[in-house]
Amino acid sequence: MFREEVKTIGGLRLHVIPTKKYKTNTLVLKMKAPLCERDVTMRALIPYVLQNATERHPSMKALRTYLDELYGATLQVDLAKKGENHIITIRMDVANEKFLGTTSPLLREALTLFSDILFRPLTEQGEFSVAIVEQEKRALKQKIQSLFDDKMRYAQHRLIEEMYKGSPYALDVHGKLSDIDIIDAKRLYKHYEHMLKHDEIDLYIVGDVALTDVEHDVVERFPLEARSLCSTETTTLTKRTSVQEVIEKQHVKQGKLHLGYRTNTTYNDADYDALQVWNGIFGGFAHSKLFMNVREKASLAYYAASRIESHQGMMMVMAGIEPSNYERALEIIHAQAEAMRNGQFSDEEIIQTKAVIRNQLLETVDTARGMIEISYHNVIATRQRPLDEWLEAIEKVTYEDIVRIGEKIELDTIYFLTEKEGEKK
Amino acid sequence: MKIIRYDQLQEQLFYERLNNGLDVYILPKKEFNKTYATFTTKYGSVDNYFTPYGKTSMKKVPDGIAHFLEHKLFEKEDGDVFQIFSKQGASANAFTSFTRTAYLFSSTTNVEKNLETLLDFVQEPYFTEQTVEKEKGIIAQEIRMYDDNPDWRLYFGTIESMYHNHPVKIDIAGTVESISHITKDLLYECYATFYHPSNMLLFVTGPVDPLTILEQIRTNQAKKTFRSPTDIERFHYEEPSHVAREKHVIEMNVQTSKCLVGIKAKNVYTKGKEKLKHECAMGLLLDHLFGKSSSHYERLYQQGLIDETFMVDYTEESDFGFGLVGGDTSQPDQLAEEIQRILVQFSDIGDEQVERMKRKKIGSFLRSLNSLEYIANQFTRYAFDQMSLFDVVEALQSLTSDDIKTVARECFVPEQFTVCQVVPKR
Repeated sequence: MFREEVKTIGGLRLHVIPTKKYKTNTLVLKMKAPLCERDVTMRALIPYVLQNATERHPSMKALRTYLDELYGATLQVDLAKKGENHIITIRMDVANEKFLGTTSPLLREALTLFSDILFRPLTEQGEFSVAIVEQEKRALKQKIQSLFDDKMRYAQHRLIEEMYKGSPYALDVHGKLSDIDIIDAKRLYKHYEHMLKHDEIDLYIVGDVALTDVEHDVVERFPLEARSLCSTETTTLTKRTSVQEVIEKQHVKQGKLHLGYRTNTTYNDADYDALQVWNGIFGGFAHSKLFMNVREKASLAYYAASRIESHQGMMMVMAGIEPSNYERALEIIHAQAEAMRNGQFSDEEIIQTKAVIRNQLLETVDTARGMIEISYHNVIATRQRPLDEWLEAIEKVTYEDIVRIGEKIELDTIYFLTEKEGEKK
Repeated sequence: MKIIRYDQLQEQLFYERLNNGLDVYILPKKEFNKTYATFTTKYGSVDNYFTPYGKTSMKKVPDGIAHFLEHKLFEKEDGDVFQIFSKQGASANAFTSFTRTAYLFSSTTNVEKNLETLLDFVQEPYFTEQTVEKEKGIIAQEIRMYDDNPDWRLYFGTIESMYHNHPVKIDIAGTVESISHITKDLLYECYATFYHPSNMLLFVTGPVDPLTILEQIRTNQAKKTFRSPTDIERFHYEEPSHVAREKHVIEMNVQTSKCLVGIKAKNVYTKGKEKLKHECAMGLLLDHLFGKSSSHYERLYQQGLIDETFMVDYTEESDFGFGLVGGDTSQPDQLAEEIQRILVQFSDIGDEQVERMKRKKIGSFLRSLNSLEYIANQFTRYAFDQMSLFDVVEALQSLTSDDIKTVARECFVPEQFTVCQVVPKR
């Protein structure tokens, strides 16, 4: 398990997770705001602009050279969607000096740099550098276009787009291609100021440190005004009269079959644990029904799996199949879902699945990133639950609980990306 | 049993070579929940031409067979090994690289049982014609998945262009056609040749007691009988130092173009400290030229020739080595030219820059020690070529600007460059 010390400092929630597991210290900042069409593209751009340069390190080369000097400290940014929230993550990782034979206070230096990146970006006349903004607009366009080239990710994105048409969840975290051109440095800077005032901001520090070691440094370097927080309401999908089927054709050799189900259960719900077990028996693991039947018995696919979107109430099934096997694969997948609904799973499958879920959660907290993800669930959700309670709840799930979950799961959309007809492979 | 202490890193490694020749390494990591174990044979996709055990002449086997064998070992008469691992709360997996096949599990409970399962399933092959046929469908879909993946096509397209003869140029999974020739007898033949304990290494890391674990492994191995070890005779491919083709363009259903420049290394050491030093020098040099703190990176980024996907990488294994530089780009020809120009124009690196890059590499080495997966996998890779993962810091520290200039002179030669591009289908 892990221990977490939390303290609110103005508009910042500081989480310190003391552990001796690692040879480095990890800093992760998360900024959360509701996903919305108006802001999503600007939010996608801002972290990439910020990681370019600061007042003190006014070019990419200067900033990156300084990171090298801090014994190869890393700096990365990325974007994610958790339910209908848009999450910006800025991450730094820096060696713990006790393994280096140096006395430089590397963690404190990294905190200073982190604060510079967040609060003192390179500016020109009170706004972002035009050259950097233009360069990052170009990079963002390329990034959005390249989504199309990774067929697995593309199919996943398309399924969600079709299933959640018109609701914020359909938006891609990288924003919209058509919105990039109208963004300028001034408008972007205004939005950045808005984010610093209104976003829900969490800073995690994971490593061989305690809250008292770093609190003072954080107070000095992260001056954020207190703010009122509001949780995002998830849009409820209206029930379809029949399952939506979307077939798209491209020059591909393998078909991507993705199915979207409404689970009507999120991390906030008491029966979320039963859903986890349900998903585990159905398609979460290498012993699950989907893997055993689609891959091992019918030998139709290399991968066939399901996974749940914890904060959205959605489950997705994914399989890569020969285009001509569409009907057969679909039939086998439906049969597995039907078996689940009819309660056709054994005590052994339940025990096995619980053991693997427990193992997976315990392994997750062996990485700094995993500990942060587990803790951050509680920021997204309205429900507070430490890991040991989560593990206990999984243990307590019964056969009846799992059957009850099955009654709530409804297939919504089938998406199939397949080859153009008349083509030779 | 031998204990090797690394004081600065605060690690202790336990080692023993068993009577049957198996090398066993245990690295206790008390703070972790999980135990991670890999059981690896020195047998990968490049081993496609060798003298099978008990035979006197060399034989060529179908491309992709090492990987196929990896898949098939999980299936037993009474079902699937995945089932056993999951009942014991573990997740199991395997991978095949150019030179190795590794089987692994990770688990937070039942470590002894899982270790027993790992040792037993790898050492009890069970292949039938029927299950071999069935696997062909699954692996065909794995191959198709990679066929549609532009990054994989680019990666293999580059390697393919570099080599005339060396089998590193063949995709690890083979082709749908080549795997169709695989039979159960061929699998048994490869198994008998390469899965002898003396050609294998077991690495266990996690919150384990090394003495108990070692005793368990000894007992498990003592219960089984193995033939006496023999040397494995592998075909030696003659490989010229210049590349097989200068440029290769792959048209695909993509929106963004990609470009990689491959740099073929010559005079690769096959083993030991020299090899480690060579690899470190090349890695450091490429990072100095193209890493995010380099002036070239900044310039190419500002010109819009590269984006965040731009990467540099150096791979060195038994008797081959190659560097890769590139990523997504809107101007693949211009990027290819720029990269090659930077390589040939390199003449010197200052001592101060060498020191900074060493610092960076040492910090990043420490970071990789956070990962049990990294430690086990990389330790094995190094050990197979008679190097030690834990000597990396020392090897880095010993590098001088002269060492770096030497590798540049050997490798930054236009005849050793190749360009591979993925471009949108017209």
